[in-house]
Amino acid sequence: MIDKTRANVTEAVAEVFDGATVMIGGFGEAGSPIELIHALIDQGARDLTVISNNCGSGEVGLAALLKAGRVSKMICSFPRTANSTVFPDLYRSGKTKLELVPQGTLAERIRAGGAGIPAFYTPTAVGTPLANGKESRRFHDRDYLLEYGLTADFTLIKAKRADTHGNLVYNKTARNFSPIMAMAGQVTIVQAAELVSPGELDPEAVITPEIFVDHVTHVPNPAHESELVAAGATYP
Amino acid sequence: MTETQNSIGWSREEMAGRVAQDIPDGSYVNLGIGIPELVARFVPEGRELIYHTENGLLGMGPSPKPGEGDPELINAGKRQVTTKPGASYFHQSDSFAMIRGGHLDLCVLGALQVSQNGDLANWSLGGPDDIPAVGGAMDLVAGVKSIFVITQHCTKDGAPKLVESCTYPLTGLRVVNRVYTDLAVIAVTPEGFQLVELAPGVDFDTVQERTGAQLLPIAEPTSNV
Repeated sequence: MIDKTRANVTEAVAEVFDGATVMIGGFGEAGSPIELIHALIDQGARDLTVISNNCGSGEVGLAALLKAGRVSKMICSFPRTANSTVFPDLYRSGKTKLELVPQGTLAERIRAGGAGIPAFYTPTAVGTPLANGKESRRFHDRDYLLEYGLTADFTLIKAKRADTHGNLVYNKTARNFSPIMAMAGQVTIVQAAELVSPGELDPEAVITPEIFVDHVTHVPNPAHESELVAAGATYP
Repeated sequence: MTETQNSIGWSREEMAGRVAQDIPDGSYVNLGIGIPELVARFVPEGRELIYHTENGLLGMGPSPKPGEGDPELINAGKRQVTTKPGASYFHQSDSFAMIRGGHLDLCVLGALQVSQNGDLANWSLGGPDDIPAVGGAMDLVAGVKSIFVITQHCTKDGAPKLVESCTYPLTGLRVVNRVYTDLAVIAVTPEGFQLVELAPGVDFDTVQERTGAQLLPIAEPTSNV
């Protein structure tokens, strides 16, 4: 019998090891799995490489993981936020390295990694500083850059609804990177606001099929990052 | 936000309205963060435009009424938005397939500098202490069919933003089609910057004086000259 449920967020992230590469879903606060990230802070894994579009806001969620000193490298497209100095401080002091990747290239690198494609060519960033050191090739009179697929040891994402097999449905623009990160993670860990039995999700409407998911834990009322930040919350 | 350079020419709203006049009915459009967002307010009567936001929504509507928003329904600027009838959500790889694959008709972006051959710099000042952040700008300029830039003609210090060649880090090479500023509408042509239209009360010499590259006059004489 397949049952991918874990009793709580603590059990869900228990396997994350020091030095792991971790993909974390979300675009801004939409889709950010805050409860899983906080459990990862409690769990203690360090020297992590984190792949996520942003670097969190305030001092909760991803920004709190950074502030706790657990992240040695960020791979992201937009690390600036109006209300957080956590990443800028770490970056300027050299404590956290940054690999800046255009957002579409980041998405396609993740998709490729999950789909078994080691590398691909893209027109994005040709002629810019982000092309430095990259192999280029001309197709049909246009230059393209070689970009490599990305995979991760663990992926942490948030879903609106999951079944116990790991089929997932998301909420609005919270979907963003989660379906492709689920594909690219060796172990994909999901926090779902609703947990249902197999058969309760319409097969026509499943966004992430269960084969891409390893652990599911029920987090019925996930916090919203903007509300935590507005309340001045910090973690731990 | 009163700037000396705004004492003549178009206001930000008028610039956005001027851009909106040039967007054909039925276009699929991505609007960048800042002044470009204003363009959505000025769609001429009788036209239907579909807005794309690269974080994963086609059919984006205006801001929600107070108290009716969802923190998980946001635009690329991370502000809450709504959906229009016919909207769809999709993941990032599909969203950038729309962009990179040439499926969007038009993108309106802000700029730090535009060069006379259409190079755009709009993501970084390149300072050693700056936190570099690029988001989707490089993908948009690489893949969207037409790129319109909307920007003040000069910086707050009065330096031209339309230049011979960009000094800030580039976003893309030869990508800009048109520039809409507070002073004029300017096309990027194989011959360089060409004036398309002057803002009311602004003359050619004033625009040329505030442009860091040669400006070609309007191609055909206008009827009211």
